[in-house]
Amino acid sequence: MNPIVEFNNVSFHYGEDGPWILKNCTFSIKGNESVAIIGHNGSGKSTIAKLMNGLLFPQEGEVYINGKLLTEESVWEIRKDVGMVFQNPDNQFVGATVQDDVAFGMENRGIERKEMEIRIEDALEAVKMKEYRLTEPHRLSGGQKQRVAIAGVIAISPKVLILDEATVMLDPKGRTEIMETIGHLQKEKDLSLITITHDLHEVMKVERVIVLNKGEIWATGTPREILKNGSELQKIGLDMPFLIELSQELKDLGVNVLNEPLTTEEMLEELWILHSKM
Amino acid sequence: MSNSMIIGQYVPGTSLIHKLDPRTKIVIIFFYVIVVFFANNVLSYGLLTTFVIITIISTFIPLRFIIKGLTPVWFLIIFTFLLHLFLTKEGPVLFEILSIKFHLGGVIQGLVISLRFCLLILMTSLLTLTTTPIEITDAIESLLHPLKKVKFPVHELALMMSISLRFIPTLMQETDKISKAQASRGVDFRTGPLKERMKAIIPLLVPLFVSAFKRAEELAMAMEARGYQGGEGRTKLRELTYRKKDLFIFILFICVVALLIYVRS
Repeated sequence: MNPIVEFNNVSFHYGEDGPWILKNCTFSIKGNESVAIIGHNGSGKSTIAKLMNGLLFPQEGEVYINGKLLTEESVWEIRKDVGMVFQNPDNQFVGATVQDDVAFGMENRGIERKEMEIRIEDALEAVKMKEYRLTEPHRLSGGQKQRVAIAGVIAISPKVLILDEATVMLDPKGRTEIMETIGHLQKEKDLSLITITHDLHEVMKVERVIVLNKGEIWATGTPREILKNGSELQKIGLDMPFLIELSQELKDLGVNVLNEPLTTEEMLEELWILHSKM
Repeated sequence: MSNSMIIGQYVPGTSLIHKLDPRTKIVIIFFYVIVVFFANNVLSYGLLTTFVIITIISTFIPLRFIIKGLTPVWFLIIFTFLLHLFLTKEGPVLFEILSIKFHLGGVIQGLVISLRFCLLILMTSLLTLTTTPIEITDAIESLLHPLKKVKFPVHELALMMSISLRFIPTLMQETDKISKAQASRGVDFRTGPLKERMKAIIPLLVPLFVSAFKRAEELAMAMEARGYQGGEGRTKLRELTYRKKDLFIFILFICVVALLIYVRS
């Protein structure tokens, strides 16, 4: 399968002679794959997101989206394939009501009105916000606003959905809502999902993790593989989820946890097996 | 606080006036404002007053909302009335207080000007009472559309208006938050001489502006990421369509104007 996103030796810095934010990054993401890009603040993870839909252009190297090279000319074509949800729920809500906001991206692409109506319906259904169709943004919670933002993106049926720290400003309830919505979308829709985060809780469910450190790719692998190096991750400024920390502590105490457990069930399973061995 | 907040003075309803195309309403009001100055005798003022009263009744908006629309201009109406009362020296003297003579002409002139004021304000406030701000924005964009030929940025203007409307509640919530934060640090907004209170606004405005600029920057980026590239080739979800009732109201209005021109002296 052809990669949907391809970075080829990409380097980037702001201004004329600013320090390099990204250094020789090479990676690719397949269609329908779910990937998390994690790193501490200033590791360059948000820059990667902005390079993926031409909000920024690399100084060195090439970015290919769906086989197309990112240039000033192709940027509008590329934005049709890449949808983005940002951090602040308020600062990306353009429309006066929910349906106006979902329509915004479609209006920009000149989609017919009748088609828009159908797609708004579907998109709001997918994020479970149908009954809020005519609600104004200031009557919605942060989690609801982010779901509307996701609906606005999937209404244009992109090939890639990027969540740039989309849950950072939400309360735990809102965060759960978003994670559920995304899990649901991944099953239903035909799209690659890129989650950009510094929160390791969000990486449990993805297929592959790319860890960034100081603008360089530090590691790639499945969540299990990545989370095995718990202490190493902590050294580069990432917070460990409780379960990972627990198994780390257990290991330190000499209790042998075999598989790196990622969920409470897995941890229970591990502990139960251990006991029965003793 | 935020849940009870309604932008503008729009009163929801399902009357004929509510359902009219906002463009019809704006165009009629535009011509109405000119036509009001045509009235020059009892009959013509009577006709206009009846027209306004019937329009008000047909919106089914509670009277208190309509009176509320007049409150900011009460002072102006009374002031102009008094001005005419004191300064117009026409017609027979009606009465004399403290050697100031009050003439019949002054009373009539004062009443006429006040009535004209009321007629203007009542009708224009009906527009904002029966039309949502976003409908008005759409109507303005549509009505100004011909100006595109002379490079007037119609679409940009309308987008600016609708984004401002969308951010009013957000910025109000923010103002509330900042004023509480500053009050907790000891800034006093409520008491003290006016000059002091004005000064207390500064620690409120500075953070508000800083965050508004930050918001603007992020919003611009989000809009660009969603493929916004100006008004060219853009379709619209909200569409305005003229219906039969718009034509009906237009004809009715033209009849009123024709009658007015006929009865004026």
